[in-house]
Amino acid sequence: MAQHVIPVRTYLVVFISLLVLLVMTVVATRIEHGVLNIVVALTIAGTKAALIVLFFMHVKYNAFVIRLAVVAGFFWLAILLTFTLGDYMTRGEISDDTTNKVGGTSTADPRKAEHRLL
Amino acid sequence: MSLHVAHHFDDAEQQFDAAKLGMWLFLATEILFFGGMFLGYAVYRYNYAAAFAEGSSHLHFWLGTINTAVLLCSSLTIALAVRSSQLNDARGTVRLLVATSVLGLVFLGIKGYEYYDKITNHQFPGEAFVLTELHNPEVNPNHVELFYSIYFAMTGFHALHMVIGVGLVGYVGWLANQGRFSAEYYTPMEMTGLYWHFVDIVWVFLYPLLYLIG
Repeated sequence: MAQHVIPVRTYLVVFISLLVLLVMTVVATRIEHGVLNIVVALTIAGTKAALIVLFFMHVKYNAFVIRLAVVAGFFWLAILLTFTLGDYMTRGEISDDTTNKVGGTSTADPRKAEHRLL
Repeated sequence: MSLHVAHHFDDAEQQFDAAKLGMWLFLATEILFFGGMFLGYAVYRYNYAAAFAEGSSHLHFWLGTINTAVLLCSSLTIALAVRSSQLNDARGTVRLLVATSVLGLVFLGIKGYEYYDKITNHQFPGEAFVLTELHNPEVNPNHVELFYSIYFAMTGFHALHMVIGVGLVGYVGWLANQGRFSAEYYTPMEMTGLYWHFVDIVWVFLYPLLYLIG
């Protein structure tokens, strides 16, 4: 069974990169980007995850069928997040203010259970 | 110990690939298991952003950061351990697995202290929940309690997975010590490594989402 043996140096480079990314995460928190904060934080976390998956978990050196299974797992999570957040984030604010609504009056009544966010 | 290739596989490599495939399918269920909780977090944070920032500000920033570094280091040691088992280095494998479990226990110890601190300061959700000093007096304390529910649920499940991981590392360490692994067969090592790295990745996302809001 000829399995690729990854050199220690590769693992060390990946590890140092992960620590650098961790430092970047901490530094980025100190700098206020407004709504971009979460984008920056998740991008750095995603990069760390990608490094761990590709190198520590050997996926870079694995056969296609295994890489497919890896992608599938994260793809299913993406479906879950996209559709559910797409729903919650487009429900509109609950408000008694009926002015400036597209089409005129708002029909969302905060007293009705089906119009409440949660 | 010579490798036994089961009759339904063409060769050892295919058998190993099948094991990896199976493990990744299990990890896919774990991705969705934690994913569901991440989703709950996302919905509540979206609706109660200020309360979540408040709750996050009461967490121990540096302990969380140190714990992240500890887990990243443990991923390195276990990756090196799997490599050692590939190279017939039983002693090196055992040493690296011991290092991995020590780091895992350090993580759990720090987490345990954080929990102890939170619980004794009445920051555990429930009847005893009391918020004393608020950085932002306009937040709804019920929503901050919600943040803590999510914090304890997610880090709690993560810690449970860590405990299981430490057990697995101990088990393959025992096998490695018996000289069971070689370039020909180190599947249990690879599987344990995959599990451990996955639990690390969950924390890599938990850390910024819980500790670094605002």
